[in-house]
Amino acid sequence: MKVILRNPRREIVIDGRRRVHALLAELDLTREGHLVIRNGTLVPGDAELDRDDVIEIRPVISGGA
Amino acid sequence: MKCRTCREPAIIDLPRHNANFCAEHFLQLCRRQVAKAIHDHQMFTEADRILVAVSGGKDSLAVWDLLVDLGYRADGLYIALGIGEYSDESRGYAERFAAERGLVLNVVSLREDYGYDVPTAAKATGRVPCSACGMSKRHLFDKAAVDGGYDVVVTGHNLDDEASVLFGNALRWDVEYLARQLPVLPARHGFPRKVKPLIRLTEREMAAWCVVRGIDYIIEECPMAAGNRHLGYKEALNSLEEKSPGTKASYYLGFLDRMAPLLADLAVTGADSVRPCARCGAATGVADEHAVDGEIVCAFCRLVERSAAHAPVSVDLVRKKSRAERRATMEVEAR
Repeated sequence: MKVILRNPRREIVIDGRRRVHALLAELDLTREGHLVIRNGTLVPGDAELDRDDVIEIRPVISGGA
Repeated sequence: MKCRTCREPAIIDLPRHNANFCAEHFLQLCRRQVAKAIHDHQMFTEADRILVAVSGGKDSLAVWDLLVDLGYRADGLYIALGIGEYSDESRGYAERFAAERGLVLNVVSLREDYGYDVPTAAKATGRVPCSACGMSKRHLFDKAAVDGGYDVVVTGHNLDDEASVLFGNALRWDVEYLARQLPVLPARHGFPRKVKPLIRLTEREMAAWCVVRGIDYIIEECPMAAGNRHLGYKEALNSLEEKSPGTKASYYLGFLDRMAPLLADLAVTGADSVRPCARCGAATGVADEHAVDGEIVCAFCRLVERSAAHAPVSVDLVRKKSRAERRATMEVEAR
């Protein structure tokens, strides 16, 4: 699957199927700090991602306070 | 995963609620949390004129959207900070959001209206960029609210923002800041009331609100904010949240319930100690005032005078690389 990462924007390819929480763990990303979007739709942690999916992992933490 | 309310497929899991939600019931949850914050802290009523501080990011657009959705009258104010392409892009998101919904967005440009930008102000004054930016925004939002006859300024500070600031203030035991870290700052002597309706919602929930509602916002982090202290605090708190969901909410909302009342006397100290700035006439707190040639001049006017006289400085001269950027560079180098 193609995975789009942000800050800065870049793309990586992951082989095989994954559940969302497993993908985040593999990339060492926290659930609380990210949303996972499949083809424009949010997906929860147990959703299974297929080989052909385009996945955006969107960070949600911003620096302003 | 099924929605807790309707058992349809969920689109988001919220461990702090020990629940999952479909799009419709997630939006309902957000509306309820905002309505509760507004009600519990008596932030404003339907009769008030509201000015939303808009950055083009997820929180400010989400809070504007939520307020309009809940039936409030809210205009926006965007301040063009002159942070290179980042500012150009964020302004575009704010303007498109307003135009698509027929909302009023006022715009102030630091460079065009005051002769400086944030990178130049940081260099000219020796402040960190976030400090120069924050001071400029506070002054200009106050001024716009007072000049425009607005009753209240709304900011998009969310639970993560407030918990991280609380964490920083508690690390330093800065009791005066702790005492003032409230969701409502009352109006006083030339300062408008300021409120934070998103204190019961996390950053992740606000980003999700935007995705579900189809709100485009600037996702890239402000290049000036990279590596700032609050980002580190947020990462630390999120690490705790992963292990123990609900930690951020119990930390900050518990502070409001049980600790803030004990500090209430400190919160009003100095509240009446304001004088007008000799340059701009704006109310100036004791902490910000400074005598220049025998006159009281506010911190903003001093910043403008120093920054506008300085040659423009590019973003790259004052920015740090973020951890993610450093990581991305390492990824490329490792291939």
